[in-house]
Amino acid sequence: MASISGTANLPRTGEATAYRGLMAWLTVVDHKRIGQLYLMSGLLFFLVGGVEAFIMRLQLMHPNGHVVSAAVFNELFTMHGTTMIFLAVMPLSIGFINAIVPLQIGARDVAFPRLNALSFWLFLGGGLLLNSSWFLGGTPNAGWFNYTPISGAQFSPGLGVDFYDIGLQIAGIGTLISGINFLVTIVNMRAPGMTWFRLPMFTWTTFVTMILVLFAFPPLTVNLFLQTFERLFHAEYFNVAAGGSPLLWANLFWIFGHPEVYILILPAFGIISEVIPTFSRKPLFGYVSMVLATLAIGFLSFMVWVHHMFTLGYGPWVNSIFALTSMLIAVPTGVKVFNWLSTMWGGQLRFTTAMLWAVGFLFTFVLGGMSGVMLAVAPADLQLNNSYFVVAHFHYVLIGGSLFALLAGLYYWFPKITGRMLNERLGRWNFWLMFIGFNVTFFPMHFLGLEGMPRRIFTYSPGFGFTFWNEVATFGVFILASGVLLLVMNVVRSVAAGERASADPWDARGLEWSISSPAPAYNFAKIPLVRGYDPLWVEKMHGDGRMIPAPQAPGAHHGPLGMVHMPKPTIVPLLVALTLVAAGYGFIFNQLWLEVLALLLLGVALHRSMFEVDPGEYVRVRPEDEEAMSAHG
Amino acid sequence: MTNGRPGGRRRRWRWIPVGLLTVLGLAGCGSLTGKESMLQPAGPVAAAQVQLLDSSMWIMFEIFIVVAAVLIIALIRFRARPGQTELPPQVEGNNRLELLWTIVPALLLALLAVGTVKETFALNASPTMKNSVLVDVTGHQFWWSFQYPGYGNLITANELHIPVGKRIVLGLTSADVMHSFWVPKLGGKTDLVPGKENYIWIEAATPGIYYGQCAEFCGTGHADMRLTVDAQTPQAFAAWVATMQHPVSTPTTALAKAGYQYFSTVGCSTCHTIGGTPYAGVVGPNLTDLTGRLMIAANLIPNTPTNLYRWIRDPQAVKPGAKMPDLHLKAKEITALVAYLEQLK
Repeated sequence: MASISGTANLPRTGEATAYRGLMAWLTVVDHKRIGQLYLMSGLLFFLVGGVEAFIMRLQLMHPNGHVVSAAVFNELFTMHGTTMIFLAVMPLSIGFINAIVPLQIGARDVAFPRLNALSFWLFLGGGLLLNSSWFLGGTPNAGWFNYTPISGAQFSPGLGVDFYDIGLQIAGIGTLISGINFLVTIVNMRAPGMTWFRLPMFTWTTFVTMILVLFAFPPLTVNLFLQTFERLFHAEYFNVAAGGSPLLWANLFWIFGHPEVYILILPAFGIISEVIPTFSRKPLFGYVSMVLATLAIGFLSFMVWVHHMFTLGYGPWVNSIFALTSMLIAVPTGVKVFNWLSTMWGGQLRFTTAMLWAVGFLFTFVLGGMSGVMLAVAPADLQLNNSYFVVAHFHYVLIGGSLFALLAGLYYWFPKITGRMLNERLGRWNFWLMFIGFNVTFFPMHFLGLEGMPRRIFTYSPGFGFTFWNEVATFGVFILASGVLLLVMNVVRSVAAGERASADPWDARGLEWSISSPAPAYNFAKIPLVRGYDPLWVEKMHGDGRMIPAPQAPGAHHGPLGMVHMPKPTIVPLLVALTLVAAGYGFIFNQLWLEVLALLLLGVALHRSMFEVDPGEYVRVRPEDEEAMSAHG
Repeated sequence: MTNGRPGGRRRRWRWIPVGLLTVLGLAGCGSLTGKESMLQPAGPVAAAQVQLLDSSMWIMFEIFIVVAAVLIIALIRFRARPGQTELPPQVEGNNRLELLWTIVPALLLALLAVGTVKETFALNASPTMKNSVLVDVTGHQFWWSFQYPGYGNLITANELHIPVGKRIVLGLTSADVMHSFWVPKLGGKTDLVPGKENYIWIEAATPGIYYGQCAEFCGTGHADMRLTVDAQTPQAFAAWVATMQHPVSTPTTALAKAGYQYFSTVGCSTCHTIGGTPYAGVVGPNLTDLTGRLMIAANLIPNTPTNLYRWIRDPQAVKPGAKMPDLHLKAKEITALVAYLEQLK
């Protein structure tokens, strides 16, 4: 350190380690640690949403159940849906995106590390605010899509819907910022040689996902603002008597809501496209058609929102057009499935837990996609919509699709993220219990739907043919839940005492496996040169198995030898989020002093965050990270 | 590394659940014969919808079989074997194959699309449809109001009477929040939206009672907002219309006469209408011809004097979220009210 202490403009040496323990987490800007925070919080919210589902299944196990009241049941299904979508699956995806995408493109962090921290704190703050409603007198109870007028002040006079509006608003700002951040990162920060058509599939799906975030979240933001104004200040956007329309909410919501479905599933597609090639020892089949399919799905996702509202009475023209566009989405999705199958075909399949999840995904996601096509058939949808068939469908897509893929990703990338392996034996038990439990729980729901059971009913009478399959579904939940417990056990055990992971435990193909597990703060000692799709595999085939450092552009800025310039930790993003959450509580409880105070502090924190110059700091490169790269080049 | 053991023969049993599930699936569909089963249509609308449901399901099932077969063959044939060191062929794609599985699914979907568009237009309804009976349906938290403009605007609640073999055009709207009208055996659902009038048509081929319930979440009482459609022969329907137009609402016994008085003094008449009496509240269901109803509390419990008593005494205990207030009536008041209501024909 002495060698650089005299250099002007450099931060004090040793500042890189100024923060330890809790403070290191509160001031975090490193994308890898932010990824870990997203993953941990996502997992926690997943457990909360799971408990809510468990109680609902107990209530529905028998006709005329008395486990919870109608009012509590309505809160449970509202919070279950909202939590799983906004606070579990999305953050788990964003967790992997944070932890992995910069590694995959050969970058040292995201484009805006501080904004990245702000994204996380806003998501966590919004999520906690939403869930605090359980204890603060009023839980959202109008369903996750919160249709008006039932969610309006007249029919939901409590604080519940305010918690929904303001909690999602705060979390949503975080997501929107993430969207911008990763778009800029992927466009600008790819390593030399990482052309668009060498981009790893997970990065591609992230890119398209973030485009969807950028265009889909604003309609939600607008909707939430309109409703907040309506509920707090008596603006009448949705009130028919005052010239408003409930159809405004429904349309804006699904203009957000359908792309949201693809925001939840596209990263999952990306994960599957990473896991299957690795454990088949083959490149991804039909890479270009995969990219085109991803783009097509992203584009079409904005063209289909009315299929959530075929029953709303828009007439045969509108319903026909949206039925056709909805069916069309099956084509690029089918291309993906067949490409995955072809990747496995002729390979050498290793059934690690990650691969089991990927295969399980193929099976269940295909079923979910197929019930999706049936729902796109508008006249049939008039029967199926809002029945348990739909409940079965979206759980096949969200659990059997998104969650299974995320768990594939967890078993696959856990070594890279934590430096330790998950236990494969526990993993297999975890997979089979969850896979079987999931199917036993949700497959019968197709039957319940065909049998005419509507969703969101807290009870049913005997004699409708609902009893048997509800009992089976609840039985399945016990299997599913025991699988989830094993998952939690496996994660906790492995974080504490898992087997140490090597840099490349799976004999994998992407850049992220060329560096140590866990990755060092700066990711790459030197920025690598990318010489083809699957950059590490290219080096394994044609080089010495290590990445070649990219040549530095002439005249490029050089830091001190053996040091890497990295962003500096800061607590400001956390403060910004805290003030916004405080303001949120002010609006929910109508406390003028809190609103004014919190917004003033927000202004101060934003001012500070905008005008503070981040000098960054230097981190010393470990010798082993230098050695992990090829001496050539 | 301890993982990544090659798959052995003993693991094949793990595919048994998959096969079992498929068998279970087919068996399951055959057993769906409940009161609200959409797989047993009782009219042309539901039949057309289920026809499409069926054909889409078979197309999907065939694709699923192909995918599952390829998947399972791949899993068995291409699992890594011990001692394998050579690389598998590093195939990166095949344009012809990729084109094939873009075009074939698109063609199958086009097949489905034709039927979809055709039926979407065929099932469309308008209030001016020829040779039809118009019924205005209004959704309330948590019950249904049915008004027949063609029959002197007679009004009933929760039990829709229709003649068989005739197109019934329903004009749907809501008095409060969104609801959805759904009687699976007669047709799919359509939402009741405040400020909007939606039209659908249904038709029952054979006489019978058809069950349904609200299918758009509408609040605490959503699960208990049920309805029935009583499809009657034209003669029976005409008789019902006559009953409704000339209701018998005059109490005969002393107890019923007391009940008739209580109906206005304790407050029932603020919300309820009884045809043939001065009682004309419009907040709650119309009670004309109450003895003609099979069920009460929006088709939740059978229409018996005991149930009626329970319902009036403590509505929340019978139907959580119900808007009918607990008037804290004395036992003798309720008994008298029940006696009167049980005379409404």
